[in-house]
Amino acid sequence: MNKKIFGALVILVLSPLAVADSTQQAFEAMQQSFSKAGQAGMERLQQDETQRLCSAGAASNGLTDDALAKILAANEAAVKLPADGNYFGDWKRGQAIAQLGTGLQSSDDPAKPAGGNCYACHQMAESEIAYGTIGPSLLHYGKLRGNSQPIVDYTWRVLYNAKSYFACTHMPRFGSQGILDEQQLRDVMSYLLDPESPVNQ
Amino acid sequence: MKQRLWRVVSVAVMACMPFVVGAQQQEDPVAEYRELFGEDNPAELWEQRGEGLWREARGPKNVPLSSCDFGLGAGVVAGAYAQMPRYFADTGRVEDLESRLVTCMTTIQGFDRETVLRSRFGDGDKKSDLEALTAYIVGQSRGHTVDIKLQHPAEKVAYETGKSLFFYRAGPHDFSCASCHGESGKRIRLQSLPGLLEKKDAQFAFTTWPGYRVSQGELRTLEWRLADCFRQQRLPQLGYGSPAAVALVMFMAVNANGGKMDAPNLKR
Repeated sequence: MNKKIFGALVILVLSPLAVADSTQQAFEAMQQSFSKAGQAGMERLQQDETQRLCSAGAASNGLTDDALAKILAANEAAVKLPADGNYFGDWKRGQAIAQLGTGLQSSDDPAKPAGGNCYACHQMAESEIAYGTIGPSLLHYGKLRGNSQPIVDYTWRVLYNAKSYFACTHMPRFGSQGILDEQQLRDVMSYLLDPESPVNQ
Repeated sequence: MKQRLWRVVSVAVMACMPFVVGAQQQEDPVAEYRELFGEDNPAELWEQRGEGLWREARGPKNVPLSSCDFGLGAGVVAGAYAQMPRYFADTGRVEDLESRLVTCMTTIQGFDRETVLRSRFGDGDKKSDLEALTAYIVGQSRGHTVDIKLQHPAEKVAYETGKSLFFYRAGPHDFSCASCHGESGKRIRLQSLPGLLEKKDAQFAFTTWPGYRVSQGELRTLEWRLADCFRQQRLPQLGYGSPAAVALVMFMAVNANGGKMDAPNLKR
């Protein structure tokens, strides 16, 4: 075989390994450097496949087509639609969940339900001016989109597991990672889609 | 000197009164505090205490820290921080300033490592010697240019490890450092976030820690900042001076190369 082609092949085969290697290096450094605190145990340092592929992609030249397909498939499979077919709850409770930033930190009481902390990253109701800008604005979310079944289904899926639509989004997988329970998700659904909700005023 | 100190203290007390400056929701809430403090920064109190601790004979061996080498020679503090983290032959490790101080307090003065680490972060009347010493030594690099050369192989490894740690997503929320600090111009609620991959932001962030945290009435160090970020990432506790902490400081420092040190500074 031509030496040049062989060299190029070696590089092609080894470059994903180099990234995997550096992620492994990070993991090993973390094992030596972290200790359990409150409810945050050492098992949280272990990545699942989505986290591993997204980290490696961000540290290099982005996702390969293969990695993208894997992530989307795995996370789509992890979505559970509401068991009783009821997608909606109470927008007032949803608002409180959108405002609450605590939950699952080492400093948090594990007996208390976690918040969704939506306002950390998203604009929602016009009246709340302390919103972050990491995610897109959700102002008038329902007013702009209506609540047809496809919109309702899509919104549930994004809340439950945003990585089923947007492979390496910063948005947590609230349902499949057990951050919010089904009823909390219904409440947030109402906050986004209920015509009475301040989000749609 | 005493009068100046009192002025700093009284301004600090005023700033702690909630919304004394009528803080409106705005892009840079610290700007108003800056105006109020003027040239003064309560961090000076930590720097002065740190200078005292630096010169004082202390610990079981009852000696000062003056033979501690931060990379520019025994006892040389001027400009030393601007070239840290770096590899130290005596420990065979890359150390940032904070882990280097622990090394010197234990080896030179004979302090017990666990005892030193237990009071790494101050809280009200419980003062931290490490914070004060860090404030003093960082202050001795004010105006110096951040210049991390990455010469020793171990320094290069630390940088590469820091880089992969920066992108390492884990925990129930899938967060990495890059979730909040991967892009410039973003904010969480109203808090602006430095994008640590961009030179200007990285320089601003690195050159302004430690800082006097107005909201906490405490001086906080870079290692405190990192550990609290990991708490918010829902991960376990980052060890002070640990390999991961030093690697991340190295990654930030290299990204900030060319910036001018301006710390201890003032923080929200």
